[in-house]
Amino acid sequence: MSRARSVLRELWPLAALIVLLIALWQLVYVTGFYNPAVFPSPAQVWDSLTQHVHDGTIQSAVAHSMARLLIGFCVSVVLGTLVGIAIVASSVVQRSVGRLMIGLQSLPSVAWLPLAYLLLGIGESAVMFVIIVGALPSVALATAAALGQVPPLLQRAGRTLGARGWGLYRTVVFPAAIPNYVNGLQQGWAFAWRGLMTGEIITYGAALGLGQLLTTAQQRLDAPEVIAVMVVVVAIGMIVDLAVFGALDRRIRARRGLLLPAVA
Amino acid sequence: MRRANAGRLVVLPEVGIERPKLSLRGVGKIYRNARGEKVHAVDDVTLDVAPGEFVCLLGPSGCGKSTLLNMFAGLDRPTAGEVLIDGRPVRGPGPDRTVLFQEPALFPWMSVVRNVEFAMKLIGVPRSERRDRAMFWLGKVQLGRFADAQPHELSGGMRQRAALARALACDPEVLLADEPFAALDAQTREILQDELQNVFQETGKTVVFVTHNVREAAFLADRVVLMSAPPGTVVVERHVTAPRPRHYEDPALSHVVREIHEHLIKEVEKVVASEIGS
Repeated sequence: MSRARSVLRELWPLAALIVLLIALWQLVYVTGFYNPAVFPSPAQVWDSLTQHVHDGTIQSAVAHSMARLLIGFCVSVVLGTLVGIAIVASSVVQRSVGRLMIGLQSLPSVAWLPLAYLLLGIGESAVMFVIIVGALPSVALATAAALGQVPPLLQRAGRTLGARGWGLYRTVVFPAAIPNYVNGLQQGWAFAWRGLMTGEIITYGAALGLGQLLTTAQQRLDAPEVIAVMVVVVAIGMIVDLAVFGALDRRIRARRGLLLPAVA
Repeated sequence: MRRANAGRLVVLPEVGIERPKLSLRGVGKIYRNARGEKVHAVDDVTLDVAPGEFVCLLGPSGCGKSTLLNMFAGLDRPTAGEVLIDGRPVRGPGPDRTVLFQEPALFPWMSVVRNVEFAMKLIGVPRSERRDRAMFWLGKVQLGRFADAQPHELSGGMRQRAALARALACDPEVLLADEPFAALDAQTREILQDELQNVFQETGKTVVFVTHNVREAAFLADRVVLMSAPPGTVVVERHVTAPRPRHYEDPALSHVVREIHEHLIKEVEKVVASEIGS
């Protein structure tokens, strides 16, 4: 049961924090400082959550959101990686596209929405567009940084062993860049996730995702549901980060001896 | 040599080796440093290395010995003169001249045996033969049991051994080494020097070995080439004729060491003087 124990050791601080926050929340609720109509108790939120899981609203919203996110993220990873490679390959591209990407990265995804509506109409395509352009600069810059940080010594070693041109990239540069690239994807995922929420909260014409649930709940003045959906959004963010990127990152780094030994 | 104080050192005849494996012809190197100043690293070096010869380039830091090695490797170009292999100009790096760097430079994402197979895979050696040859070379450097380990699981000395196996497994004609044992502790260094000597005796490869360690140079080399304070040029050459396998206790070697050391000290003093003066 060492695996269960290690999972427990990994997760107890987070679990403790959640318990603490819920306790604080309950305390504030009990004092009656805020109007209970807009400040529900943890129990009310839990009821709302279980109810919406029961009737399938949450699952369907999660499915819609994740489908959008996966497609949008994959497109931005493919495009962003290509842009990142181009930035490393050419100093002209670096000084033009590279600098533009830095500028675009600081543009919040919500600022893309008006243009997306005008170009693509208020609907599914606009949401997808916002996810892609939101994550692309971050993926491109992370790819460029990861490739730029490959130790020159490894490249020299590869060249003296006969790797050249594209072969050098395939056999040495890309594999050497993978740990930092995965960190970049993790960051890109966070940008895509935020872009998705932005797009969904504001866009009506698309199928109901988690963002639309938030909007409709707010319009019905259903505070428990608003918070319940937010909990789901944060939970998914944490789970993907821990279970997908975190696990991948740990595996790659352990294999290369880049992990610090666990503090006993 | 042209110097009065060359003493007992063997004077090399001006006629070179008949068919040198490697040659430098009037090689110079000037580069710009980070502040944009011109640095004259190497000046007018002419040197022939015979096939199957073990040459050590020895000199104070900054004398351009690593620069010359990189030129043989095809990683660096001269700004004057020519660098030749088998009489033809060196055009870029290739697996006929593998390099042992100061750091092992193993690929951390590959197991030890895959590192050793790397160059063979690129030249298309079939999988099973690749594995056999890799295991043969890992056996030679006492790493047979660690074939499936990741590089980070090995000690510094073991990593440099793995790098040696990797450099030799693709059967290069020339092995170039850039102070490969400088970062190791003294005991490990001697063991690896011994292993390198054995490999050299068994394979008869041409070796150019850069070092600032006189004992190491005398122990390993057929010929020690001493370079000057920067801009580096050849000051003196010394053949080492002690029979192989050599031992550090060999009195003939300590004799050679003393001779070369006197010359080296003068060059080091020049470097120190210029550093204090500037």
